Amino acid sequence: MPRSKKATSPQPATGSVALLIGTRKGAFVLRGERTRRTWKLSAPLFLGHIVHHLVLDPRDRRTMLMAARTGHLGPTVFRSIDLGNTWKEAKTPPAFPKAPEGQKGRVVDHVFWLTPGHPSEPGLWYAGTSPQGLFRSNDGGITWEPFSYINDDPQYREWMGSVQDGTPDGPKLHSIIVDPRDPTHLYFAMSGGGVHESVDGGRTWTSLVQGLDVVEGFDSADITVHDPHCVRLCPSKPDRLYQQNHCGIYRMERTEGRWVRIGNNMPKQVGDIGFPMVLHPRDPDTAWVFPMDGSTVWPRVSPDGKPAAYVTKNAGKNWTRQDKGFPRSNAWWTVKRQAMTADAHEPVGLYLGTTSGEIWASRTGGTNWTCLARHLPEIYSVEAAEL
Amino acid sequence: MTVQIPTALRSYTKPKRAVEAEGQNLAEVLSALDRRYPGLRFRIITEQATIRQHIRIFVNEEQARNLSVALRPDDQIHIICALSGG
Repeated sequence: MPRSKKATSPQPATGSVALLIGTRKGAFVLRGERTRRTWKLSAPLFLGHIVHHLVLDPRDRRTMLMAARTGHLGPTVFRSIDLGNTWKEAKTPPAFPKAPEGQKGRVVDHVFWLTPGHPSEPGLWYAGTSPQGLFRSNDGGITWEPFSYINDDPQYREWMGSVQDGTPDGPKLHSIIVDPRDPTHLYFAMSGGGVHESVDGGRTWTSLVQGLDVVEGFDSADITVHDPHCVRLCPSKPDRLYQQNHCGIYRMERTEGRWVRIGNNMPKQVGDIGFPMVLHPRDPDTAWVFPMDGSTVWPRVSPDGKPAAYVTKNAGKNWTRQDKGFPRSNAWWTVKRQAMTADAHEPVGLYLGTTSGEIWASRTGGTNWTCLARHLPEIYSVEAAEL
Repeated sequence: MTVQIPTALRSYTKPKRAVEAEGQNLAEVLSALDRRYPGLRFRIITEQATIRQHIRIFVNEEQARNLSVALRPDDQIHIICALSGG
């Protein structure tokens, strides 16, 4: 349901930015000076851990949560309350309830997504897991509990599908969004399993899939086959959502309640398949995507080996290629759904991490790109933290 | 009884290679270990009380398949990260 209150557009940030980088072999922090021209890479944090997400709490700018596991050890959440200087493990990481005797219960394989709660709810965090589960912490990430009813609801369990219905390293619950105007207005998405909205703090949920295409041969009325890759809410216009989906790029005006495939306006030879979706912090008409090759067997690399971002400045009517600075050819990497982000400066800084372990940045909203770091492990996530 | 700790878990035992624990069965021993080294159990045992996919637990020289394995005070327990990484 649409909200009535308007959001306020934040003023551009002017402080320094730190990039919080999650990789297949640990986490890193790439700290920039205020000019965003020089950057210093930290030593690895939790070297060898598989870090899917590392997030700074914007409400206190000191608490950081890290979703981690290792190849052998089970999933957990590490937390720091001193900006990453020291870390402690959550006392009770996200976990499904123990099943009654004789029944098969689910097991969290990894925590995939972390979202800080509303500014009016300090200490509240949400987490999404693989297989799909929704969890909440009320104490800054120390203890976690299943949130809402969806983890055990027969209808949602059907929509979540099996491991075979998810991404290659497991189906995921992601894109947990809190409306900046209302802490009880929530969204989440599942790969696969569609996009869902609650306007009552998670007591009830409604599916939002109208207008979304699905893979050829499947029924779009079946929530199970919907595969949103990344959903974002416009901070300056919270009734507008953008989505990068397995089947295209979309925008929704929440008052209309229908996704519109704005990716149809992308160049046909590039297509509109990808993982990340990045929004301008103050202009609701400006958004970026990073297309990948979704043809034939889904190579999931930059189309034709030529990486490029695409930007729209009119809510998806037109898209402009932004590849200045990127390799001109033979660059067979791509960018995962959590690995591209924007800061809040003016002009907006864009940052992305590649599957080949490089960090690229643009201080000019994507018109010029520079490689800030290379030779890192495969990058899963990049968050721009305003310090 | 003595429990041998793999390197991946020694951040919990700081960094003892072997620790002493009491219990009538594997579940009790692992609960005792978790009380002394909080968080250790969940890294190797799932919320469904099963041994994680890439963890092996041996009691003396027998692989334990579940946590109900009965123990004697002089048993040797080895927690091992499986050779599954290639």
